[in-house]
Amino acid sequence: MAKSLFEEKLNSGKFIVTAEVGPQKGVDCSDMVHHIKLLKDKVDALNVTDHQSSVMRFPSLGGCLLVKELGGEPILQVTCRDRNRLALEADLLFAYSRGICNVLCLTGDSIDVGDHKEAKPVFDLDSVQLLRLIRTLESGKDMGGNDLKGAPQFCIGASVHPAADRIEPQLIKFEKKVAAGAQFFQTQGIYELDSLRRFMQYASQFNVKILAGIILMASVRMAQYMNENVPGVIVPQSVIDELASVEKGKGLQKGIEIAVRTIKAIKEQNLCHGVHIMAVGRESVVPEIIEAAGL
Amino acid sequence: MIVAEQKPLDEIQRMIAPYEKVLILGCGTCMTVCGAGGEREVSLLHSALRLAQARAGSNMHQFSEYTVKRQCDPEFIALLADRVREVDAILSLGCGIGVQVAAEHFPDTPVLPGVNTSFMGAVSELGVWDERCAACGDCRLAETAGICPITRCTKGILNGPCAGTKNGKCEANKDIDCAWILIYERLARLGQLEKMRRYYPPRNFRTIPRPRRLVNLVKADMGEEHG
Ligand code: SF4
Ligand code: SF4
Repeated sequence: MAKSLFEEKLNSGKFIVTAEVGPQKGVDCSDMVHHIKLLKDKVDALNVTDHQSSVMRFPSLGGCLLVKELGGEPILQVTCRDRNRLALEADLLFAYSRGICNVLCLTGDSIDVGDHKEAKPVFDLDSVQLLRLIRTLESGKDMGGNDLKGAPQFCIGASVHPAADRIEPQLIKFEKKVAAGAQFFQTQGIYELDSLRRFMQYASQFNVKILAGIILMASVRMAQYMNENVPGVIVPQSVIDELASVEKGKGLQKGIEIAVRTIKAIKEQNLCHGVHIMAVGRESVVPEIIEAAGL
Repeated sequence: MIVAEQKPLDEIQRMIAPYEKVLILGCGTCMTVCGAGGEREVSLLHSALRLAQARAGSNMHQFSEYTVKRQCDPEFIALLADRVREVDAILSLGCGIGVQVAAEHFPDTPVLPGVNTSFMGAVSELGVWDERCAACGDCRLAETAGICPITRCTKGILNGPCAGTKNGKCEANKDIDCAWILIYERLARLGQLEKMRRYYPPRNFRTIPRPRRLVNLVKADMGEEHG
């Protein structure tokens, strides 16, 4: 039996669409609720980010509960930056008890890129170890080797960076994640298809589902900012030029066009198993992207 | 070796404010090499404090100075008993260990830290020090081609690079090499990439119950020589 609705969809062979919502800083969840309502029936699952870019926010666990309450299928993003193994285990037990059964396991961005630069970085585990921790919990044991009263069952995923400038070490890590039990991967942003195609030629030997990450670019400034400041992001010059070619105020429209074009090409060429759309604050246009891409 | 940085003068002045007679105590080992608290720095600090006091038109403090061979060694600290008897406080330019050994040895005398002990490192170029070991108690350099992932990767992760590395640099600091790219390259060069493919379980922090103690009875029996 599938461990979650999302796992069932992953195994169905259909083209998967996921998107994400980012919790706000503060207790007013109205925007998040709005985005969840807008997206929940248009995607196969909704990620909720975990203090993305090391900026303190409402927790991903709380966001996932909202997704659940509103009738959506959540993917809990869990990073190792802020919690040691006890806290990670406890959060996972709680998540499962509330029907949150999909987890994306991430190491987490460095504290230095965020808004609490003086905080203690935890990183008791890394992403590979977190994947293994989940399989350990599923076996009915905690990391201390103690028996659990009731074991959770999760559909687990991880991230991979097909466009990294040094791909070999990333692939070594990817294989470790597969061996640790990752069932699906949501990739870092894909802006040109060659790197994705090359990656898929290699990755197709593994029995895992790959969802190409699509980051919506709202302006040429955003693309440049991301290149300079967001860990690992490499937006190609061709995309920057294209965004720069339109008149002021039309950047978002261009960004949507690029996202739609990329998604369509991925789907038509059957490059991978689905897409993961990251609108970083522009969630309200995601339905438009999904529709225009014919998903 | 241990690397430290002298505290700002105003912080030092605030610390010593309550005490009339202050012994500025240097250390002849790591603190001399890293230039934070050897004989030279003791004398420079001594002059700076006297000058500051003269400028303020006060003669509140009387300073004396001395540099021991190794402040972290009780045998050397013991030799200071006469000097310490004469003062109200010790301003130590030893590392945090030196400060504590002195404090333990002289229970009636306040010992104040004049340096911020920073890390264990090596000199990269003249006057530049880089952290190289966090004394994790479970050395993995055999698996990582002699490059420490605990200190040199911002996240101290064990199973390969995070996705944040770009141009071979770390996501936390564009000027610092990504440890895992260095490890990858050196393992590839040594023909040992299988070491990177291996899974490494979470670190065992029990190897470092604080405070740590190391007993080496053989050495103790042989009466290891000091000096
Ligand atoms: S792995 Fe790094 S921190 Fe640990 S003992 Fe070796 S060099 Fe030091
Ligand atoms: S970029 Fe490299 S050194 Fe920096 S945190 Fe990631 S793996 Fe570690």
